[in-house]
Amino acid sequence: MLVKLSSAALKQTHGYEYAVRFALGGLVTVAAGLIGSHFGVAIGGLFLALPAIFCASATLIESHERRAKEKAGLSGRRRGQQAAALDAAGAGLGSIGLAAFAAAFYVVVSASITGAFVSAVLAWALVSVSAWWLRRKLRTTSDHAGAEHGVRSARG
Amino acid sequence: MTEYILRFIAGGVIVSAFATLGDMLKPKSFAGLLGAAPSVALATLGIAVVQHGPQYAAAASWTMIYGAIALGCYSVAVCHLLMRFRVAALPATILAFAVWLVVAFGLLAGLGGSA
Repeated sequence: MLVKLSSAALKQTHGYEYAVRFALGGLVTVAAGLIGSHFGVAIGGLFLALPAIFCASATLIESHERRAKEKAGLSGRRRGQQAAALDAAGAGLGSIGLAAFAAAFYVVVSASITGAFVSAVLAWALVSVSAWWLRRKLRTTSDHAGAEHGVRSARG
Repeated sequence: MTEYILRFIAGGVIVSAFATLGDMLKPKSFAGLLGAAPSVALATLGIAVVQHGPQYAAAASWTMIYGAIALGCYSVAVCHLLMRFRVAALPATILAFAVWLVVAFGLLAGLGGSA
């Protein structure tokens, strides 16, 4: 499947769910600042990569998938867990991009502040998408190899 | 106080923007990339540069690398809790937070902050 952008999924999200994300995002950013000023920049820096709203997003994905399956008269519990797990797998790949973001920022910030933000965001996007694409390619290759092995075994 | 209100609004707006973009993207594994978007980092580093200068922001971004590695371990733990142990999403994401804390602080203790 190609990557697609669709606004249809936004209709599933309730107003309070947007409010929860906004509040969580704001609170975590305030907390990161407070931790940095109380415990020092080294500990504060760790919290810049905190899985801040991941619990809210994963719970949201799980409940949307469950609701969709239950509407069709099926039990959606397992499907909801699988959808949330897929999201977590994506975040795992994205974390490589997040490390690239921090490394690019660290290298460039002493030379140019604007350049640091631009290069960090570009590094994040490039590394995250490359990691996702590479994983997809590797999975496709191993699936093909598995299928061919199955055909050969059946013939033999 | 103004600084914290600014932090709250900037964090809320950036996190919501990435989360909404994630909702619109398919497939789900690709949308998941945005679960590790640098939303808190963009808001916090922007304020840190203005308040304390580039050296302070650089030191924060160095230990952020440890936090990002911890986030990778956290995501794997969440995946396993959901798929192998069939735990629901909310308890899985909360339980796995222990993994994030152990890995992030373990790396900081072992490797230290920026030079």
